[in-house]
Amino acid sequence: MAANTLMFIIVGKNDTPLYEADFIPVQKKDASQLQLCQFVLHSSLDIVDEMVWKNNSMFLKAVDRFGDMIVSAFVTANHVRFLLLHDFRSEDGIKNFFTEVYELYLKVVLNPFYSYNSPITSTVFDNRVRGLAKRFLS
Amino acid sequence: MAANKQKEGERVFKEQEKINAELFTLTYGAIVSQLIKDYEDIEEVNTQLEKMGYNIGLRLIDEFLARSNVGRCHEFPETAETIAKVGFKMFLGVVGSVLPNSWNAERTEFSLILEENPLVDFCELPDNYSSLNYCNIICGVIRGALEMVQMRVECRITKSVLRGDDVTEFKITLKERLTDDIPMGDD
Repeated sequence: MAANTLMFIIVGKNDTPLYEADFIPVQKKDASQLQLCQFVLHSSLDIVDEMVWKNNSMFLKAVDRFGDMIVSAFVTANHVRFLLLHDFRSEDGIKNFFTEVYELYLKVVLNPFYSYNSPITSTVFDNRVRGLAKRFLS
Repeated sequence: MAANKQKEGERVFKEQEKINAELFTLTYGAIVSQLIKDYEDIEEVNTQLEKMGYNIGLRLIDEFLARSNVGRCHEFPETAETIAKVGFKMFLGVVGSVLPNSWNAERTEFSLILEENPLVDFCELPDNYSSLNYCNIICGVIRGALEMVQMRVECRITKSVLRGDDVTEFKITLKERLTDDIPMGDD
């Protein structure tokens, strides 16, 4: 079974999307597929919010399913949510990916020129996230 | 001479009280971003940072001379080494180096390199601030401190890690040696 990551987003407080990265291979990419992925991820936000209070750790594993796609979530201390849409089951890889992206996110937040809860536009961050995705998620 | 200066720098650094580096970095970042919000003009912010540094330098030199054992510097290259090895070590905890081939013929201009710069940790410049000299405060400190020891210098940043270079480089030029004017008085 092809192990595929489809999309990764970071959602801040008030459900504002801060960062989005899609990993759909170019041949299969089309607008409706992208929109579907976004829709699935955003609709799982409610479930994430519920599960946050039931779970002690930041990593929430798989919170939702849609067809054969699974949504995994990681929530930081100030309720910033990292969501990953994928169709394979490697929990360790996903957990490591989330932890590493969390470190990158912390560095972005420490930047004096980044205002909290604003979109992350740094290309350095984007490249590093994609590098991590290749390492941990394929 | 450089080895002595380095030892002196380390000795003085050990005796200093220290604060958390992250707190320092974040505080400086907050100052710069607030200045940008207040002045809205990047060149003006550069000027203000330099002015702030100048005022700090005027006072810092006394602390420096009191705590460290360096005597009078006999010539400008010695001043350069002292700043790089003792001054930076004492106040920022990092050692700078003077580029030997950066000296000009009259020995009045040199480049100082900082490989590590605690001010810029975690910082990434957005594209619309690309003319910001983030470390300009250091330029002001050097200018203020040297003015109190009778040297008028100009200091500017020629390389910055925030713009893609791998070190921070300052170019310091000695403009003139100041002599105290004897005040006119009844004699």
